[in-house]
Amino acid sequence: MEWFETWGLTLTVFLPLVGVVLLGLIPKENESALKTTGLVASIMTFAASLILIARFDFSSNTYNTYQFEVSETWIGAINANYHVGIDGISLPMLVLSTFVMVLAVIYSWNHWDEPKNPKAFLILMMILATGMNGTFVALDLVLFFLFFEIVLLPMYFMIGIWGDKTPRKIPGFAKEFETRLYAAIKFFLFTLFGSAFLLLGFLALYFESGKSQFGRTFDIPQLTELGASGAFSGTFAFLVFGAIFLGFAVKVPMFPFHTWLPDAHTAAPTVGSVLLAAILLKLGSYGFIRISLPILPEEAVSWAPFIAILAVIGIIYGSLACLAQSDMKRLIAFSSVGHMGFIMLGISTMTDIGINAAIIGMVAHGLITGLLFFIAGSMHHRYHTREMARLGGNIKLMPVMGGILAFTAMASLGLPGLAGFWGEFMSLVASFNPLPGLSLGVFRSAMVIGAIGTILTAGYMLWMLQKVNLGEPGDEWEGKEFHDVDRFELAAWVPLIVLIVVIGFFPKFIFSSTTDVVTSLVDMAFNSETTAAISSQIGG
Amino acid sequence: MGDKDLLVFQIDYLALAPELIVVTTMIIVLALDLILPRPKKYWTATVAVAGTALALVPLAFLVLEDEVRSMFDGSYVVDEFALVLKGLFLVAAYIVFLMSHSYIESERYYQGEYYFLLLASLLGSLVMASSRDLIVLFIGIELVTGPLYMLSGWRKGDVKSNEASMKYFLLGILSTAILLYGMSFLYGLTGEITFAGLAEATAGMADEPALIMAVLLMIVGFAFKISAVPFHFWAPDTYEGAPTPITAYLSVNSKAAGFVAMLLVMYLALPGVAEVWAPALWLLAALSMTIANLTALRQTNIVRLLAYSSVAQAGFMLVPFAAAGVAGADLQEAFAATVIYLVIYAVMNLGAFAVVIAATRSGRSGELSAWSGLARVDPKLGVLVAVFFFSLAGIPPLAGWFAKFAMFRSVMIAGGAATVALAVIAAINAVIALYYYAKVVKSVWLDDPVAEFADDERPAGSLRLALGITVVLTVMIGFFPALATFAGEAARVIASG
Repeated sequence: MEWFETWGLTLTVFLPLVGVVLLGLIPKENESALKTTGLVASIMTFAASLILIARFDFSSNTYNTYQFEVSETWIGAINANYHVGIDGISLPMLVLSTFVMVLAVIYSWNHWDEPKNPKAFLILMMILATGMNGTFVALDLVLFFLFFEIVLLPMYFMIGIWGDKTPRKIPGFAKEFETRLYAAIKFFLFTLFGSAFLLLGFLALYFESGKSQFGRTFDIPQLTELGASGAFSGTFAFLVFGAIFLGFAVKVPMFPFHTWLPDAHTAAPTVGSVLLAAILLKLGSYGFIRISLPILPEEAVSWAPFIAILAVIGIIYGSLACLAQSDMKRLIAFSSVGHMGFIMLGISTMTDIGINAAIIGMVAHGLITGLLFFIAGSMHHRYHTREMARLGGNIKLMPVMGGILAFTAMASLGLPGLAGFWGEFMSLVASFNPLPGLSLGVFRSAMVIGAIGTILTAGYMLWMLQKVNLGEPGDEWEGKEFHDVDRFELAAWVPLIVLIVVIGFFPKFIFSSTTDVVTSLVDMAFNSETTAAISSQIGG
Repeated sequence: MGDKDLLVFQIDYLALAPELIVVTTMIIVLALDLILPRPKKYWTATVAVAGTALALVPLAFLVLEDEVRSMFDGSYVVDEFALVLKGLFLVAAYIVFLMSHSYIESERYYQGEYYFLLLASLLGSLVMASSRDLIVLFIGIELVTGPLYMLSGWRKGDVKSNEASMKYFLLGILSTAILLYGMSFLYGLTGEITFAGLAEATAGMADEPALIMAVLLMIVGFAFKISAVPFHFWAPDTYEGAPTPITAYLSVNSKAAGFVAMLLVMYLALPGVAEVWAPALWLLAALSMTIANLTALRQTNIVRLLAYSSVAQAGFMLVPFAAAGVAGADLQEAFAATVIYLVIYAVMNLGAFAVVIAATRSGRSGELSAWSGLARVDPKLGVLVAVFFFSLAGIPPLAGWFAKFAMFRSVMIAGGAATVALAVIAAINAVIALYYYAKVVKSVWLDDPVAEFADDERPAGSLRLALGITVVLTVMIGFFPALATFAGEAARVIASG
C-alpha cells in the first residue's frame, strides 16, 4: 500500500473523472449499466477516502504540515504545481464530499427529474465530484482556483436542464421565464463575479511573494509561512483580503451576496440542491480557513468584526426570511443562509473554539440540510407541490417520511444530542471570548443576536413541521395512495441519520481530526506578537 | 552597407521553406483549377490542405534545430517567436481549409480561386511573422488583407456578402493609408526602417510631437485590423455577410496578423516610448471590452454575437499592452501574455465557428432562436457548443481560463493604479461576457426545440476533423496550460532583445 501515500489523493480526486469517461462510452439506453457505473465510481472514491482516514496519522497534527502530499510541476512558466495534500481540517470535508456523493447516486436511482437522461446527469455529478474533492485537497492557488471553478459548469447545467419549470415573472422583463433558466444564470454570474476578484487576489499574492525567499509562488504552504511571518501587510494586504473575501463570500454565501442561493437551491433538482447545500457552500467557508486566515492573518483580524456583523445579519435575516416562505424547499434554502452565518461567525472569532465550531458546523450542515433537501424532493415527488399550506398532515399519510422530517428538523434547529447543536453552540461560546484584541463589544453583541437567531431557527423549523407534518391532510389528498419511503430513499437517508446522531453524541468524531491542527493554526497565524501589535494599534 | 554587394543576398532555403511550399501550392492550385473539369474541382481543396500540412514539416525541423536565422540584413528573421506564430497561422489556416471544404463545395463556385486567395493571405501572415522592418511588415500585412476583400464577398448572390466586402474594402484601405502615413512619419523622423534601428533612434523621443503623431496614426491603422473599438464598425457586418469559413479566418488569422504586427512594432521598434502608446492602448482596451460586451448582449444572430465577442476578446488581448506602459514594467511579461492569449483564442474561436458551420448545415439559420434545443437533436454538437462558448467565456477547466489568467497576470505584475483599474474593468467584463456566451448554451441545452430540423446527416468528414482538433486542444490546454505557455516563452526571448 505504499503507493497509496502518493496516489491516494489523486485517486480520490480523479476516480470520478474516470467514471465520466466510462459513462460516456455506455449508450444512453442502457440505464442500469449507467447507474451501476456511477455507483461504482462514487463508492470507489468513497473507499479511497476511507483508506485515507485509515492511514492518516492523527498524532502529527500541526498546521501547515500535510499528509499524502504530492507536488509535481504543472505549469512551469508560472511556477504553478500540482500540489495536493490533506490535514485534519480538509480530511473531514473531503470525506463528507465523497460520502454525500455516494448517497446522491443511490437516491437518484429511481428519482430522475424531467427530462430524465441519467447518462448526462450522472456525468455532471461525477464532474462535480472531481471539482469538490479537488478543492479540498489543492495546495496550490491556481489548482485550487481551477477546482473551485470546475463545479460551476455541471451545476449550471443541472439547474438549467433538470430544474424547476414553473414560469416566473422577473422584474425588468416583459416576458415570463422558467425559474430554472433564471436561477441557473444567476448562480453562474454571481459566482463568476466573485471568482474574478478571487483570481486577482491570488495573483497579487503571487507577485508580492516574489520579494521573499521563495520567489513568486502560488504554493499555499509557502504562502502560509510567509503570512505567519508577516510578509503581507498594509493597504496591499487589505485590498487582497477584500478581493479574496468577495470570492469566498459569494460562495458561502454571506449576506448581502446571498441572493443567488434561494433561487438556485429552490430551482435545482433534488440531487443538485443536496450537493449544493451539503458541499458546494462549504467550498467558500473552507477557503476562508485554508487561505484567507493563514495567509493574511493581520488583515483577517482587522476584517473580523465586519465579517462577524455580516454573519449575524445573515443569521437573523435568513431566519426571518424563512418565516416568510410558503414554499418548503425555499424555506430550507433560506435556512442555509442562517446556518452558514453561524459558521462564518465562528470563523470570524479567530479562535480555536470558533474555527472548530465552523468545521463541525460545516459537516453538520452538510448532513442535515442535505437530508432536508432529500426529503423535500421526495415529498414534492409524491405531492407534486411544495406549498406548505397544502401539505398538512403528512405524518398521517406517510408516517416514516414524516418521522424522518421531524427528526431532521430537530437536528437543524440545533437540538442538543444531534449534530447541529455543536456548531451553533460553540460559535456562540467563541464569540463571547474572541481573539484578544478584537472588539468585545461587537462580538458579545454578535453572540446575543446570534442566540436570538437560534430561537428564531427553532421557531421557523417548528413552524414548518407544524404546517407540513401535523394537522389533518387536505381534502385534495383524500382517497389517494401514497408510497411511504422506498428502499432507495432509506439507503440514502439512514447513513445520514446515523451520522447526525453519532456526531451529536460524539463530536470527538470530528474534533479528533481538527482540534490540534486548528489550535496550531491559531497559534501560528495569530501568535502573541501579532495580537500584541493589533491590540496596541487599537489601543486595547 | 559599404563592402556588401546590395544585390546579392544569401538565401536560406530551409528558413524560407514554409513560405516556398505555400507559394508552390498556390501555383499548383491555380493550375489545377484550369485543368480540372468542374466535378473534380474539389481536388484543389485537397491540394491546398495537403500543402498547408506539408509546410509544417520544415517548420518542425526549424523548431528542433533551435537556431536564429537572419536574412536580408536582418529584415527577415526566423527565430523561435516567428516559428511559433508561423505554426499558429498554418494550423489555423489548415483548420479553416477543413471547414471550407464542404461549405464551398456546396456553394459550387470558384473553388480554385478561393483556395488560391486564402493561401495568398496565409503567405502574407507567414511573411509578417518574420518581418523585422517596416517595409516587410507592411507587405506582409497587406498580403494578408488584400485577398480577404475578395473572399468576404464570395457569396455573390447575397446582398449582405456584397456589403461585407465593400465595407471591409473601404475601411481596410483607409486604415492602410493611415498606417502607412504613420510609418512614413516614423521613417522621416529617424531615417530608419528596421525595428532594431528604430528602437535605438526613438528611445527618449517620447516628447517629440511628430513621434507621438506617428505612433497614434499607426495605432489607428492597427486598430482597424484588429477591430478594436472605436474602429470596429466594419466587423459585425463583414462577419455576418462573409462566408462563415472566411469569417473564422478574419476573426482568427487576420486578427492575429494584426496583433502580431502591432506587437512587433510596439515592443521591438518602439519599446523606448511605451509611455506614448500604452495609455492609448489602455483606452482602446477598456473601450473594446466594455462597448463590445454590452453590444453583444443584445445580439440575436450567432455570427454577429461572435463578431462582437471577437472585438471584446481583442480588448482583453490589448490589456497587457497597457500594462507595458507602467514605469519599469517587464515588457517580456506583457508581450508573452498577449501571445498566449492569441494562441488560445485562435483555437477556441475556430472551434466556435466550426460549430456554427456544423449547426447551420441542414438549413438552420444563424439566428439564436433557430438553435433552441439543438442539443436535444444532436447532443454531441451540443457538447461542442458548450465547450467552445464556455471556453471563450474563460470558464475553467477549458482553455480560455488560462488566456484570461495570463492576461490578469501581466497586469498584476506591472502594478500601478491605472493598470489595476484596467484589471478590474476586465474582471467585470469577463462576467458580462459570460452572460451572452451562456445565452447561446442556454438556447442549445435548456430551451425546448422550436423548429423541426432534420439533423440526421452527419457533418462532412473534414468538418468533423476540424471540430475534433479544436475541441481536443481546447480541453487539453485547459488542463495542461503548459501546452500554450511555450508560445509565451518563445515570445519572451524576443521581447528582451
